[in-house]
Amino acid sequence: MGETPDLHASGDDPSRRDFIHIAVVTTMAGAAVGIGWPLVNQMNPAGDTLALASIEFDLSKVASGQQVVLKWRGKPLFVRSRTPVEITKAIKDDGAEMRDPQTDEERHKPGKAEWLVLIGACTHLGCVPTFGGGDYGGWFCPCHGSHYDTSGRIRKGPAPKNLEVPTYAFLSDTKVKIG
Amino acid sequence: MSGNSTYEPKTGIERWLDSRLPIVRFMNDTLVTFPTPKNLNYWFTFGGILALMLGLQIVTGIVLAMHYVPSADLAFASVERIMRDVNYGWLIRYMHANGASMFFLAVYLHMFRGLYYGSYKAPREVLWILGCAIYLVMIITAFMGYVLPWGQMSFHGAVVITNLIGAIPVIGPAITTWLWGGFAVDNATLNRFFSLHYLMPFVIAGLVVLHVWALHVTGNNNPKGVDVKSKEDTVPFHPYYTVKDGFAISIFLLLYMSFVFFNPNALGDAVNYVPANPLVTPAHIVPEWYLLPFYAILRAVPDKLMGVILMFGAIAVIFVLPWLDTSKVRSMRYRPTARLYFFIFVFVALVLGYCGGQLPDDQVIPGVSGLMLIDSDINSFVWLSRFATLYYFSYFMIILPVLGLTETPRPVPESITDPVLSHPATAPAGAMASPEKRG
Repeated sequence: MGETPDLHASGDDPSRRDFIHIAVVTTMAGAAVGIGWPLVNQMNPAGDTLALASIEFDLSKVASGQQVVLKWRGKPLFVRSRTPVEITKAIKDDGAEMRDPQTDEERHKPGKAEWLVLIGACTHLGCVPTFGGGDYGGWFCPCHGSHYDTSGRIRKGPAPKNLEVPTYAFLSDTKVKIG
Repeated sequence: MSGNSTYEPKTGIERWLDSRLPIVRFMNDTLVTFPTPKNLNYWFTFGGILALMLGLQIVTGIVLAMHYVPSADLAFASVERIMRDVNYGWLIRYMHANGASMFFLAVYLHMFRGLYYGSYKAPREVLWILGCAIYLVMIITAFMGYVLPWGQMSFHGAVVITNLIGAIPVIGPAITTWLWGGFAVDNATLNRFFSLHYLMPFVIAGLVVLHVWALHVTGNNNPKGVDVKSKEDTVPFHPYYTVKDGFAISIFLLLYMSFVFFNPNALGDAVNYVPANPLVTPAHIVPEWYLLPFYAILRAVPDKLMGVILMFGAIAVIFVLPWLDTSKVRSMRYRPTARLYFFIFVFVALVLGYCGGQLPDDQVIPGVSGLMLIDSDINSFVWLSRFATLYYFSYFMIILPVLGLTETPRPVPESITDPVLSHPATAPAGAMASPEKRG
């Protein structure tokens, strides 16, 4: 008789209770992500590692038919001066069946066929391939037997890709800047 | 932890503590009165040996961490300083390095024991999976520990293994960079590996607690593989198995210490005494002996991603073994056909280990030139690894599932006590000749 329903006391107001639950769970999930991401992301390369400057290299130090191994971003970097025979061999094989097809032209800077600049890490598991070894006279990886040709292309063995070409540019005829 | 406790506190202090923290009761139920099958043989002593090895690795490891410097420039020298200048540093480091090998030796024998006696079958599936998890964390721990001296094999081993992650499509390279903390294995990598190598043993210890807990819920398996039926089938853990385990531990320590004192570098690679040089890869990269079988599987496959999948699959398949083996009979004592395949499996695991230490293209039988098959000579370690890998997976995924349905096992005894006590009158004449007629 004239009673007004007491919404607060009855406890059968699901929408209010649900709202509190959802708000609490959402806030906690947000907080978990908020602290979780920094804990995960701290393991990514730090600012000083990312800031590692690019390096310059004087090509006149490399004798024809030889290579120099530099350290760039903690990885070995091959700078190879190819002989005319090696270049001819690489071009001749452009049409051969390859796992990661690329022409020799795509592997060096235009008009600079003599110079190969490559990251010296086998694309299989990152070992450093040895200069001049293997069935194709380019590089041979001692770890699991990958053979690279004189253009740094994978020809035989488990590696999936050609030796990586880093970002680099010729500053002059005898100077390159890597990175 | 389960079952009825028979512990009765004798003194006032014990009664006071028992009603607040029943830790004495727990120790008593776990290590003293725990009913253990009375027929356990020496293959069942490796659990105790492994617990000791974990303890020794933690103690020697904590001491080494007091002198070791986790820095790419100083790590190698700090290990040499431990060897030359730190009081008894040579002993502690040799114990830790050879301890890892002994730990794996014991865990492999423990696992083969489980495979042979069917310890993974119901109701011990969770116990088995926890054991597999311990083994997996052990591998990760050992790998990270091996990187710490920062020798040539440490460094290039780390390069090869972290590059495995890069085989994962799309996200692989990003994960690798995240693991490295840079663009190559470097100081940041060494630092985090040190941190994690210190953490992991305590993760193992936590898993061991769960492993032992699960063991004490189901009770031990035993060489007959039949359930414990009565009190007659068991003896209390102490003194029966404390003494038996103690004896086995003594023998095991003799082996361990013979390495530590007389041939401490026999199980390691000499190349790791050369400081790490990122620009030169050693001619022949090999992991420590206990990971060689998986390395052989990795190299058996010409495709990078498939190789990685198979290598991890070789461990993953052990986890699901309880659901692959269809046989109701646990112990291979009563499964003559399965036993034959089991011993071939043990042999194949050893062959894989041997292949993992050889150069893939070397000839298995020197001087014999075989048939070229696909990409390699059939008389090469690559092909031997391939055949062995095929058997490894077939054993788990074909042989055990099919054999459980097709084989006729020998009669299984009614209980652990049964073959000894039943039909005493006929035992001397008939029992030995035809055990299957009993019961």
